[in-house]
Amino acid sequence: MSESIINALLGGALIGLSASFVLLFSGRVAGISNILGGLISKTPPAVSWRSSFLLGLLAGGAVLHFTIPKVLQDPINSSTGVLVIAGILVGFGTQMSHGCTSGHGVCGLSRLSKRSLAATLAFMITGAASATALAIITGVNS
Amino acid sequence: MKNNLVSFLCGLLFAIGLGISGMTDANKVFNFLNFTGDWDPSLAFVMVGAIGIHLISFRLITQRNSPILSPAFILPVRKDVDRPLLGGAVIFGLGWGLGGFCPGPAIVSAAGLSLKPVLFTLSMVAGMALYRLSRRGQNQETMQSIDTCG
Repeated sequence: MSESIINALLGGALIGLSASFVLLFSGRVAGISNILGGLISKTPPAVSWRSSFLLGLLAGGAVLHFTIPKVLQDPINSSTGVLVIAGILVGFGTQMSHGCTSGHGVCGLSRLSKRSLAATLAFMITGAASATALAIITGVNS
Repeated sequence: MKNNLVSFLCGLLFAIGLGISGMTDANKVFNFLNFTGDWDPSLAFVMVGAIGIHLISFRLITQRNSPILSPAFILPVRKDVDRPLLGGAVIFGLGWGLGGFCPGPAIVSAAGLSLKPVLFTLSMVAGMALYRLSRRGQNQETMQSIDTCG
């Protein structure tokens, strides 16, 4: 357990550091749902900035895949059908809410934003609710 | 050009952070959110680590007149808590708990070309597009609002 906590803190620190560099150099909020979602608007703003960051995410994923692949794990309790629904919900919800775990959770809370606090509490609670419901339905806890 | 290179490197660093933290392990996420099972609370410390760094640096950095490679800071201006904010967060949370991925980890994991994260990411893009389509004809968001999040 303690190794998990150390990894969580370390990984979290790198995330916070990345968000800080994004702010320092580009002056922007590192909210992934908005970086991607902004590309899907009628007149997408800052296309090359967004694309570069997303390419960086993908490159990082490739690095992880080839160096420490055990950190990338597929959800064993979610069927492909459930995943499609889940993906649509995440896409739709993050646009409606104007942020996600990085935009609201990391950047918003760091700004002491009441909006982000409300959003973060909401998605943490419903995240716990739906994961628990899925566990009960698929009989994972038994 | 420099801005794009820096942005790419920030994305790379962000992805490594997500990987090390455990956020790209969808089963770990599931065991964190499902507190009735074999509860693993360690992912709570991801936000501790991230906010620990960013809370302080945000204050310091925004004391500058401008960012280093951009003419101005583009930050959210709204302070009100409204129904779309909460409703959207509820919907997002439901999806996160069902799928074990939120946007960043989904994209990072998709790079490994495993079916599940790729499928999730494509569905996520579809969900984003669906929201945009549902907004057509309503009050258009300002460019400021589209361009930043919070």
